[in-house]
Amino acid sequence: MAHAYTPGLKVKRFAIVSKTRRLPIHGEVLVKEGDLVKHDQVVAKTQVPGEVHLINVANALGVDPEETSQYMLKKLKEPVAKDEVFAKRSSFFGLFKSFVKSPVDGTIELVSDVTGQVALREAYVPVEITAYIPGKIVQVLPREGVMIRTPAALVQGIFGVGGEAHAELKMAAKTPDDILTAEAIESSHAGKVLVGGSLVTGDALAKAVKTGVKGIVVGGVEDEDLIKFLGYEIGVAITGQEEIGTTLIITEGFGKMKMPERTFDLLKSFDGREASINGATQIRAGVIRPEIVIALTENEAKGMMEDEKEASAGMTPGTPVRIIRDPYFGAIGQVVSLPVELQKAESESEVRVVQVALEDGRKVIVPRANVEIIEE
Amino acid sequence: MKKGNEYRFVSSGEAPTTVEAPFEDVTRGVRNAVREVEELTGLNLLEERGIIWPRRAGKEGVDIYATTSSAGGGLQMMVAGVVKTMTAESAERAALGAGAIVMDAIAVDDGRMPHQKIQRIRTLRPDMILVAGGTDGGTITHVTEMAELISAAEPKARLGIGYELPIVYSGNKDARPAIQNTLGKFALKIVDNIRPVLELENPEPARDAIHELFMEHVMSHAPGYDRLMKWTEVPIMPTPAGEGRMFRTLAELRKVNVIGVGLGGATTNVYSVYDGKFVRTVSANLGMSYSICNVLKEAGIQNIMRWIPFDVEAALVRNRLRNKMIRPTTIPQTLEELMVEHAVAREALRLGFHHHKQLARGLMGVQRVKTMGEIFDQKAEVETYIDMMHVDSLAGTGGLLSHAPRRAQSALLLIDGFQPEGMTKLAQDSVFMMPHLGVLSTVYPKPSLEVFEKDCLVRLGTCIAPRGVLAKGGNALSFKVEDEARVVEDNVEFGSMKVVPLEQGKTAKLILSPAKDLDVGRGPGHGLETSVEGGVVGLIFDCRGRPIQLPDDQTARRQKLLEWFKALDAYPESIYERIEQVEGKGGN
Repeated sequence: MAHAYTPGLKVKRFAIVSKTRRLPIHGEVLVKEGDLVKHDQVVAKTQVPGEVHLINVANALGVDPEETSQYMLKKLKEPVAKDEVFAKRSSFFGLFKSFVKSPVDGTIELVSDVTGQVALREAYVPVEITAYIPGKIVQVLPREGVMIRTPAALVQGIFGVGGEAHAELKMAAKTPDDILTAEAIESSHAGKVLVGGSLVTGDALAKAVKTGVKGIVVGGVEDEDLIKFLGYEIGVAITGQEEIGTTLIITEGFGKMKMPERTFDLLKSFDGREASINGATQIRAGVIRPEIVIALTENEAKGMMEDEKEASAGMTPGTPVRIIRDPYFGAIGQVVSLPVELQKAESESEVRVVQVALEDGRKVIVPRANVEIIEE
Repeated sequence: MKKGNEYRFVSSGEAPTTVEAPFEDVTRGVRNAVREVEELTGLNLLEERGIIWPRRAGKEGVDIYATTSSAGGGLQMMVAGVVKTMTAESAERAALGAGAIVMDAIAVDDGRMPHQKIQRIRTLRPDMILVAGGTDGGTITHVTEMAELISAAEPKARLGIGYELPIVYSGNKDARPAIQNTLGKFALKIVDNIRPVLELENPEPARDAIHELFMEHVMSHAPGYDRLMKWTEVPIMPTPAGEGRMFRTLAELRKVNVIGVGLGGATTNVYSVYDGKFVRTVSANLGMSYSICNVLKEAGIQNIMRWIPFDVEAALVRNRLRNKMIRPTTIPQTLEELMVEHAVAREALRLGFHHHKQLARGLMGVQRVKTMGEIFDQKAEVETYIDMMHVDSLAGTGGLLSHAPRRAQSALLLIDGFQPEGMTKLAQDSVFMMPHLGVLSTVYPKPSLEVFEKDCLVRLGTCIAPRGVLAKGGNALSFKVEDEARVVEDNVEFGSMKVVPLEQGKTAKLILSPAKDLDVGRGPGHGLETSVEGGVVGLIFDCRGRPIQLPDDQTARRQKLLEWFKALDAYPESIYERIEQVEGKGGN
């Protein structure tokens, strides 16, 4: 295969970040092209149809389903209030009465003379979409949403839990090797995004939630600690909907994993700056990785150029890479050569390989599938 | 390609999908893969408008281009029926048989409140819905009730904003006017009843309608498929439907019961053709890469650890599997890593088959004469009809099995995952070719079958596994293998495995004599004389008991695993030495 390598995660001091903010169904866009928006500004809103309640009126009145319409006090599309009687039957000259009350405020949506069911729909529920990143509206998708663009520093993580948040970035580690423990989390960290080193402990995660920390960015986490943090075990890596209070983004993987110096230094240089973070991860077709976006000012962005060549060029001798599987997991190096012939790995699998010169001087051969390009 | 008088497989090309951004055009990936075939064969197969077809003079073009698709996670369906264990179950079997993933099955009696069902339908966003319910002339009310639920939920299709969601109705024919009235706002297709009478399941019309709507509605909304559909006259088939077709062919050709499995990165498909009944199930979240941690979650770490032959902490294994989940395209470089993945594969197969057996069972609601045993044993009615003793062949496909460095590894994975009993032939797909042959067989059955027999199926050998357990151990089986070249006579202790090589394509005479409590097909203690087929691994005598008995003591368990691996020469010698060295230094 021509491209049997994993495209790397982005760690960029400068990137043009575009975000499409789309409503779940058609609605109203509140901004126009060229507008400058802030993190929590509402850019589009809509109303989602409310809950539906099905009530078997024929059963409740003791009549045949085909007679249901005859006993309805409300017509189709007519509003009905909670506890209001909307169907009634009198028998024996009004001596016996049976009736059906509405369990909710809503409208009559269906009266079925086949099943005797009546459907009541609750009022529409408003849904709003915020900008999430500050920037300029570069495109309005009529009735659907907008595209926002900003120059920014961008760090992608490998896996995350928890949804969107924005807060001040705060270093909670001195070196990328440090372990983020509960003791290191202070009350002043409330409402902030903390940057750790190689690992966050289970106790630290619990304390972060208690303290009101908005997010944690760190090299690794133990699987067992993540299960405790979430209260359940994740089966498939589709995340972002968790309501845990603190968004967690890991940059390397599971276990104690040193955050690469470059990532650590980049985040450190933005200590105290406002960051937008999202733990949402989807490792399936249409991959989504978690991210930390720090919008840049016009002055900061001036004269900077985005370098996109790595993504399309693939690996060549000299390309910086990171090994992403044992026995050299986490090691960083440079491509020395890309032998064309298949080679036998220790596991006896015949694979395309790459020779990598590691930072410690060793030259190792690994399957091409087990390295990722470091995108600078 | 025709070589002399027969059709043979010549070459394959692979390329990553381009259905996603930034390309969003599936034909680019197809071009890349075809280009690889061009390079390998020297044929000229592509031009500006697509694949050259029909064939021109010289080395230009093809006679036929047939394709399957699993783009965007495959065909995702929801099914509805009146009674959970009757029409809803029939609908589920029909949708699965058509190659779909069933996201949920709703029924009047599924234990959920109407508003919960509506909420579920709204959040699912299926590609298509199959509605069944009622025998012909039976209930109209209940099936209409399900239709009203769907109508109220107003489900939106997953692909393509604003296109009508396709719905297939295959319930009581007397309810058709009411269904038309309720579901007319969707792209509704009405076909013959899936359960016209309780005693009969009639899945074909629903299956055909699903395939038709899959082409018309679902595929045409996936990026680039409008163009791809113009490249071929053969309808595009969901990949698992192609795979299932070939397993059926295998069963029909040999007139035997077959179990097949497609162990993928995200899903595990299990197929059975048993006494003429075809059932496919898909475990959407059991797989070896994207879904590897769902196997961990469903099986539990201890069930995975029991197949690992070296001492390792559970927390480390958990982290390893998580790291595979987040970087699913990586491959095991070391033997230890390979063995951990194989441990997960055994559990994925076991769970996938367990799931399968829940649907491969007799029709519920059918009146039948029960034996006294069944009357006392309430479970009997819901148990599977699959008896492993009567399964003739077990075949596997999918990346992990096809790419296993040694064929003995795939043989052992299939045996451990499915635990066949008696005599069972084992086979696997050489390269991932079964789905393609499946779709080809719809138009050219002969070439498809020839390639299937000669190039696709790799015969691994025959597994001979007595049913039962010898609590006190001892000799489990005596055997004699006789062919024109030799006679091999030997005994197998209970708890052990032995292999006698017998080449692919060769047969031998086999005489079996099991211990008093063990059964090789003729009843406990009864011997058997028969003919047996060979394969690249050979004849595998598996006397580990059914179910397979693993020692409780951890050191003894690891030693047993190593003993079995060695018996099959499943892994290189170096790993055994490495493990034994570590164990000698105080493993526990």
